[in-house]
Amino acid sequence: MITLFDFLALSGALFAIGLAGVFLNRKNVILLLMCVELLLLAANFNFIAFARFLNDISGQVFVFFILTVAAAEASIGLAIVVVLFRNRSSINVDDIDSLKH
Amino acid sequence: MIQQIVFIVLAALTVGSALGVITARHTVHAALFLVMTFVASAGLWLLLHAEFLALVLVLVYVGAVMVLFLFIVMMLDTDSQSLRQGLVRYAPLGVVVALIVFAEIGYVVYNRELGVSFGTPLPQAAGFSNTRALGETIYTVYAFPFEIAAVVLLVGIVAAIMLTLRRRPGVRHQNISKQVRVSAKRGRLRIVNMPSEPRPPEKNP
Repeated sequence: MITLFDFLALSGALFAIGLAGVFLNRKNVILLLMCVELLLLAANFNFIAFARFLNDISGQVFVFFILTVAAAEASIGLAIVVVLFRNRSSINVDDIDSLKH
Repeated sequence: MIQQIVFIVLAALTVGSALGVITARHTVHAALFLVMTFVASAGLWLLLHAEFLALVLVLVYVGAVMVLFLFIVMMLDTDSQSLRQGLVRYAPLGVVVALIVFAEIGYVVYNRELGVSFGTPLPQAAGFSNTRALGETIYTVYAFPFEIAAVVLLVGIVAAIMLTLRRRPGVRHQNISKQVRVSAKRGRLRIVNMPSEPRPPEKNP
């Protein structure tokens, strides 16, 4: 029998991997966005598992909203990446430090 | 029993391809690994009886968002070799942070003092439709947040278009409102009054 805790452990592992990706990757903004998608997927896993094991469909409604916001986030983020590449011809994270100087 | 096997296979696939996302050498490979993560997650969501959301995950994420990612990755010509230089340098920090977060989450999860009691999930009735139940909840209880989600998507569209729209000087393009506002009486057509000329005399052959 699959328990709730198996799903929570899986989502925890996904979240940790996504967070490690954010720290590992200092070179590519697109990979950073992909890691954010992994973090959101881990959160969605929690919502769906709790919705199933608490017999409450509201958790799935929240996943619906998270998917909406994540789609908007991905489109705006990629648009920002395109504008960044157009202006700096680089998507290196270390190059984005104009505000520091 | 068979559910457990499916769960283990899909969970291993999800975690393995998620690891592939953060360690892949090329950005295209990372995007394809992310597609695999989403597909395996959709299978796990089916296991959790979230059929509608599993299909939405495949349609929206794999079909739209990841295609957008791949499109951008292929459009931006980045040097993939130099993108991986910092991997070894930052690897210890990333692994340590990931292990700390995983240990914290595992501590909370396996301590089993989440403040709620979990029974086994109720078996669903024969004619139960997940889509119908979800729709009934969204359009009644969560009708207002649903409208806000629509506005968020609209803002996303407008922002993405405004960010990437580029008006280059010197490029000829249509000005549609000017074309529509054109009128014959205001300068478009000029009627000139001129005297008629006499007909030239006909010649007899």
